[in-house]
Amino acid sequence: MQVLIDNFDLILAGFVKTLWLLLFAGLIALVLGTVLVAMRVSPVAIMRLTGTAYVNLVRNTPLLLILFIFSFGLPDVGFAYEVNNYFNFFFIAATTGLGLYTAAFVCEALRSGINSIPVGQAEAARAIGMPFAQSMRAVILPQAFRAVVPPLTSTYIALAKNTSVALAIGVTEAAFIMKKLNNNYATARWPIFFGFALGYMIIVWGIAALGALAERRGALQR
Amino acid sequence: MTEAATAATPATDTDALVVLTGVNKWFGDLHVLKDINVTIGRGEVVVVIGPSGSGKSTLCRAINRLEPINEGEIRLDGVPLPAEGKGLAKLRADVGMVFQSFNLFAHKTVLDNVMLGPVKVRRRNAGEAKKQALALLERVGVAEQANKYPAQLSGGQQQRVAIARALAMQPKVMLFDEPTSALDPEMIKEVLDVMVELAQEGMTMVVVTHEMGFARTAANRVMFMDEGKILEEAQPQEFFTSPKTDRAKDFLGKILTH
Repeated sequence: MQVLIDNFDLILAGFVKTLWLLLFAGLIALVLGTVLVAMRVSPVAIMRLTGTAYVNLVRNTPLLLILFIFSFGLPDVGFAYEVNNYFNFFFIAATTGLGLYTAAFVCEALRSGINSIPVGQAEAARAIGMPFAQSMRAVILPQAFRAVVPPLTSTYIALAKNTSVALAIGVTEAAFIMKKLNNNYATARWPIFFGFALGYMIIVWGIAALGALAERRGALQR
Repeated sequence: MTEAATAATPATDTDALVVLTGVNKWFGDLHVLKDINVTIGRGEVVVVIGPSGSGKSTLCRAINRLEPINEGEIRLDGVPLPAEGKGLAKLRADVGMVFQSFNLFAHKTVLDNVMLGPVKVRRRNAGEAKKQALALLERVGVAEQANKYPAQLSGGQQQRVAIARALAMQPKVMLFDEPTSALDPEMIKEVLDVMVELAQEGMTMVVVTHEMGFARTAANRVMFMDEGKILEEAQPQEFFTSPKTDRAKDFLGKILTH
């Protein structure tokens, strides 16, 4: 236990970085996932094809490999960007990789939601003169998001834990700190494991609570 | 014979609002619309009847291209229906549609359902659209339900909201695709009353229905369809008392004896 108390500031800083990864990657995934699902159900064949290709390519690739591509592959072709020492190149590479990866899962969760909405909703939207994009925004997606709160919650819980893969490219998030402490305190491994597991659990409980809240709010309006 | 005569006039007639010329449609091998030629005049109320699977719903849905056709041409107020895209959306805004299953937007209140089209499609300001929506809800008799969600309403109330939603776009023509088929008898009446009133006010209407009473009282013309073809069209009085085709006689014999 002493090791957790002695290194509390370091551990906290690790989890704060984990939360930053979660936030930025989560936003990228939400926006891109929504765009992708609109492409996948669009009336334009080339859009559908592109959306489907993206999902199949990204969803079928291991996350670690994607992070390697972003951290080692992109600088080779001249892409290397950082905001400051904290949001450094590896942080940005990890955020982008996690976001693009999770977007494929957000897209598929949303698609299951869209498929669950009666076709009459889209027909009614078209019948009052809404073009495709507008009917998606005003009628289909708001209902689809409500229908997919539970699977979307699972996707975001997975993302929260997937941020730990960023340790492989040197982002100093929680798992990175855990590995470091494990090396330095070889006799206190079990407290370290449990301490970090608890940290991740707290984040996941937070996401689950948000999900439950969203579900209750959506349910009221049915 | 006057209404039927109007129907037979060519597409160049300025009073022709909806004109279908040589329309054919297939679902795979199934030929669901066979060489349909129909002209619907401004202010005319046309009731389409026929057995299930006769193509009457498909015909109705083809008019705003919810069902694309394979051959022929459909003109609305002189303009041919464009292919999918902005042009089609614009044209659809002028065509009101009422569905068998109501299809109210489940995540929006009754009031928002009626306001959505005017605000999002017509770009009218919210205050003005709200005033109009409340007036329309009043007119169809569901004003006190304005802040409820569709699922909290009875079927008859939902269908009347759906009519208000379509009217809010100030359409040139209203399409009704079996509007009362999902309702129980008491609710059928409240919906038909609204429709009769609408017909009397001069709205151009295409109504697919099994309600022969409505056809008798409100229609200018009855079209009888079977197996994708229009077999007969006439004024209701004439059609119900002396149908010409054996198929129509048989159909009426079956439904009117109950």
